[in-house]
Amino acid sequence: MSIEITRGVCTGCGKCAAVCPGSLIKLAGDAAVIERPERCWGCASCVKECPAGAMALYLGEDIGGLGGRMTVKCEGGLLHWRITMPDGTPKTIAIDSRVSNRY
Amino acid sequence: MNPEMKWEIKKLTTDFLILGGGTAGCYAALTFCEHSGGHVLIAEKANIKRSGCLAAGVNAINAYIAPGKTPRSYVDYARADAEGIARGDLLLTMSEGLNRAVRKLEELGLVILKDESGRYAARGGRNIKINGENIKPLLARAVAGQPRITILERVSVFEYIVRDNRILGAFAISVDEPVLYVLTAKAVLCATGGAAGLYKPNSPGFSRHKMWYPPFNTGAGYAMGIRAGAEMTTFEMRFVALRCKDTIAPTGTLAQGVSAKQVNTLGEVYEQQYGLTTSQRLYGTLTENREGRGPCYLRTVGITAEQDEDLQKAYLNMAPSQTLKWIESGRTPAVANVEIAGTEPYIVGGHTASGYWVDTKRETTIRGLFAAGDVAGGCPQKYVSGAFAEGEIAAKSALSHMDAATPVVWETEIQKARRFLESFLRQPSKKSVDQRSVDQLEEEMQAVMDEYAGGIGSGYRYSEQSLAAAAEKIRALAEEAETNALALADARALVYSLELRERLTLCNSVIAHLAARKETRWPGFGENTDYPERNDAYNLYINSKRENGKLKILFRPLVKEGEIYEH
Repeated sequence: MSIEITRGVCTGCGKCAAVCPGSLIKLAGDAAVIERPERCWGCASCVKECPAGAMALYLGEDIGGLGGRMTVKCEGGLLHWRITMPDGTPKTIAIDSRVSNRY
Repeated sequence: MNPEMKWEIKKLTTDFLILGGGTAGCYAALTFCEHSGGHVLIAEKANIKRSGCLAAGVNAINAYIAPGKTPRSYVDYARADAEGIARGDLLLTMSEGLNRAVRKLEELGLVILKDESGRYAARGGRNIKINGENIKPLLARAVAGQPRITILERVSVFEYIVRDNRILGAFAISVDEPVLYVLTAKAVLCATGGAAGLYKPNSPGFSRHKMWYPPFNTGAGYAMGIRAGAEMTTFEMRFVALRCKDTIAPTGTLAQGVSAKQVNTLGEVYEQQYGLTTSQRLYGTLTENREGRGPCYLRTVGITAEQDEDLQKAYLNMAPSQTLKWIESGRTPAVANVEIAGTEPYIVGGHTASGYWVDTKRETTIRGLFAAGDVAGGCPQKYVSGAFAEGEIAAKSALSHMDAATPVVWETEIQKARRFLESFLRQPSKKSVDQRSVDQLEEEMQAVMDEYAGGIGSGYRYSEQSLAAAAEKIRALAEEAETNALALADARALVYSLELRERLTLCNSVIAHLAARKETRWPGFGENTDYPERNDAYNLYINSKRENGKLKILFRPLVKEGEIYEH
């Protein structure tokens, strides 16, 4: 499980580094880096925290990952999950935080 | 890291010290402040906004007393699920607090599914649906809003300060820099959670941390208790989760939400043949696989498009990697059944019953030290709301210690802790060839536990001989970790090396407990091949306590609800 950080998109605000439950992210110069990607749990806390959309969740190849990337943008009470398919096609799922799961 | 480097020593004093800002710890802090004018210090290894087992969210409240049910009926359910090895007094006092905790959670902002009349839409007598994605941010916000709570983040607590069996506080180090914290308090709550990473995980390669329980929960609270001579219970009742293969995402949402049945590769529904307790559901899947009828699945093909979409959303709120897997592969649950597998074993008192042996008030056998949540034993099936309820009980019980004087830690005790840390950093004059890294030792520990102490690789089976071999190998690894100075580059490396020590301490206790229960009580969670049947002579708790460096096993009779248990 791990996280990919896109340099150039990351603004170096440090919010991801502050929230990571494994303290795995640090700031190097003006951008965040994940030091030990194999130690990542995949909880996506940093992905939710990132205001720039620079953090993406992906599945390791050893658990069947195909190269898709997932980011999330929080706006109002909505979480917009954006999945970039392995072929580059985007797909978005919006979730209203004020609505309960039905299952 | 230079061994001569000076440690900065910072001393902090409070009334109520809480170790771990997870579910139980945060709720205990809020409860304490409601009932006392005193101060709380929460020591947390990461950031309470997303730390602990609820970092990614949670799919449901699994412990709730629905209309028509009673706390006693919850006790009966949980005890039956644990095949009788649970504390009635702890289960009942926890159950009595469940609905109060859920109401409080709603006040804090948790969204709960309601029926037309505005009541919680309970399913199956004890389960309510929520949007639990933001449960930790809600708790963190409530804690931050209480001015008498101080939060000390990015510190790793590694040792209690105990004198004459009375807790004085704890030692911690910063995860970023060489700072030794001396934390003192009138009462201490251990709420550090359970332990992952003892056994070789499902995917031991790059994704080795893609596991059910947080890999950052190393069992620090258990290990500190063991080393301080606290009595501990039921480590032999390991928890093995039935999960979606590869992503290790929850299965309950599929089984309960869309009534997906467990089917083998022949398409046969097998779950009724094995029973429906937590361990039996798992045992069925393991047996089908062993007997050549695997892989096994949750049958989701045929659900509606709307259900398919709702499931994708539900998983984003608790295990987003599962939704990513479904979407990137194009094999959403409506298209393909979801393969299921057992995880490696965890030690986790919120699901099974491993942890501190506490009295009814949640005080451990060390005076002034309380335990709640996954680190507290005897009280399985507590889940989120039960961890809250236990945090509440422990916080209220700690009030009785507030008239005591604030303890003073001696300079000699502080220097001893500093010397201990330095001993970890002692550089060998010449690096020996066979000196191994923390990661290598951890991997070997997991391999030993997997093969000899009932991990995935051995089909969760073990015997007296294999456990004896495990004990010997873990002892050797512990010695190597303590004496062979590791190549530690910085404060973080020291934290990792202390975590390895915690896991090794816990492994030793788990092995001793497995060996002491000469029966098979929870097929699925583990099978003792020398004693493959349940034996009612073991209708008792297996406890342990370290005395003069040796682990002593104690057998305790069952405690029923309505009784008050005192040490």
